[in-house]
Amino acid sequence: MFANVAWDEIGRATLDTLMMLGGSLSLTILFGVPLGVLLYLSGRGRLTANPVLNAMLSLIVNVLRSIPFIILLIVMLPVTVLLVGTSLGVLGAIPPLVAGAAPFYARLVETALREVDKGVVEATQAMGGTTWQIVTRALLPEAMPGLIAGATVTAIALVSYTAMAGVVGAGGLGDLAIRFGYQRFQTDVMVVTVVLLLIMVQGLQMLGDWLVGRVSHR
Amino acid sequence: MIRLEGVTRRFRSAAGERTALDGVDLEVARGEVFGVVGRSGAGKSTLIRTINLLERPDAGRVFVGEREMTALGPADLRAARRRIGMIFQHFNLLDAKTVAENVAFPLRLEGRLAAEVRTRTAELLERVGLVEHAKKHPAQLSGGQKQRVGIARALACGPDVLLSDEATSALDPETTDEILGLLDQLNRELGLTVVLITHQMEVVRRVCDRVAVMADGRVVEMGATADVFLHPEHAVTRSMIAETDALDGLDETPPQGTRRLRLTFRGATTYGPELSQVARETGVDVAILSGRIARIRGEPYGQMLVSMSGGNADAAVARLTERGVAVEAV
Repeated sequence: MFANVAWDEIGRATLDTLMMLGGSLSLTILFGVPLGVLLYLSGRGRLTANPVLNAMLSLIVNVLRSIPFIILLIVMLPVTVLLVGTSLGVLGAIPPLVAGAAPFYARLVETALREVDKGVVEATQAMGGTTWQIVTRALLPEAMPGLIAGATVTAIALVSYTAMAGVVGAGGLGDLAIRFGYQRFQTDVMVVTVVLLLIMVQGLQMLGDWLVGRVSHR
Repeated sequence: MIRLEGVTRRFRSAAGERTALDGVDLEVARGEVFGVVGRSGAGKSTLIRTINLLERPDAGRVFVGEREMTALGPADLRAARRRIGMIFQHFNLLDAKTVAENVAFPLRLEGRLAAEVRTRTAELLERVGLVEHAKKHPAQLSGGQKQRVGIARALACGPDVLLSDEATSALDPETTDEILGLLDQLNRELGLTVVLITHQMEVVRRVCDRVAVMADGRVVEMGATADVFLHPEHAVTRSMIAETDALDGLDETPPQGTRRLRLTFRGATTYGPELSQVARETGVDVAILSGRIARIRGEPYGQMLVSMSGGNADAAVARLTERGVAVEAV
């Protein structure tokens, strides 16, 4: 049945995919949250509204989001080499993955923050809170369910991005599926990789939902 | 304690410019409960928000205590805001935090020590009667309980002033009464100066020492609550009071030889036999068309519309006035 399947290869590829996912998701959150907060704070009608900064950030986010990921992978090659010294393997995949996912997540962060009752912001202000305190003590904790739900959506998008990154030699399950499953017509390899990706996505969604349930007190 | 001088605030929008506050002058004494009433859009919400500068006036000055709020830099303004508690119509609690964490929130923002925060929080929960709900989240509480959390939170940093922005408007009458009782108690026990805005005349009647009536961004009438209620001068005041305090029977024209009078009793005379004594002495007949006996901020009052016929009506009016009853021809 699974004659063509080299299970140690599958194991390594799965690990590579998980590493790409873990690395890029952490960095996406690391860059996406501050970017989303800045988008929110500089937005219209906010106390800290800054139309110029907002327009600039919006432009960057929109440009990165409108480039199809497969193109971004290739366009980013020189930048990737500059940043991590290689464009190959797990390490080489992370910069384009983050560049593709962070702006997406930033928008989700902005949306989650907008959904926080503005009365809460006002109350914190009335208590003498600084902008930093309003963001870190009120807005982000109140938006936590939305932030986690957004991170789940982003993580799932990243799973499919990592599969695409296989095209430029990133390794991982997508790479395996393309090289063996597609180019060598080894359907069994394709089936195994797809099932593994499916399990990953399902697992991420369940984890995300569980976490949202835990932090949600509405 | 609080003084507004020529406070003006305009809002610009696509629809044009709207003046929410138009040169408002106001003074609130220390330890008093001051009410601001008006219909929606009268500018009262903007007014209360200028006191802690959530809304910065375009012109005019705001003083709270010794400080000129409108002249403070950002850090001083934050320090000043900590001395001004505020409660809201929709409570504005943090859903992600427990009741105790909500109450502790302003203390943590101020950077107080953990042990101090704990004891102070316990004390505040005790004061508002929520000790057994400390570990719950706001979503598990009733409206009245949420507002108690709001009040405890507003008191956390030991403010001199409490601002109440329609704090009872989202509550049912019974809970409203309970919350007003608590505000009244805090005012008496802590000497807290309270400024409350509301569109509910009952709220003013129940707790306010003085009241300002607003219309179109201006204060149109101001005075001791009983004076404003019993002898309203401005049309807006009259109509707002009429809604809760309808004196019926004004529609038909009175028959020949009868006078229609509004009698206002205050304090001790409210429960006294003045009307029947005067009627006996002067031989007038009195029919009561409508009336109400109630209290304004604890002081009893009665107001009734009567029609008087026969006997010596002029003498009756004079004697009633002598005995401290305010008599107005209607």
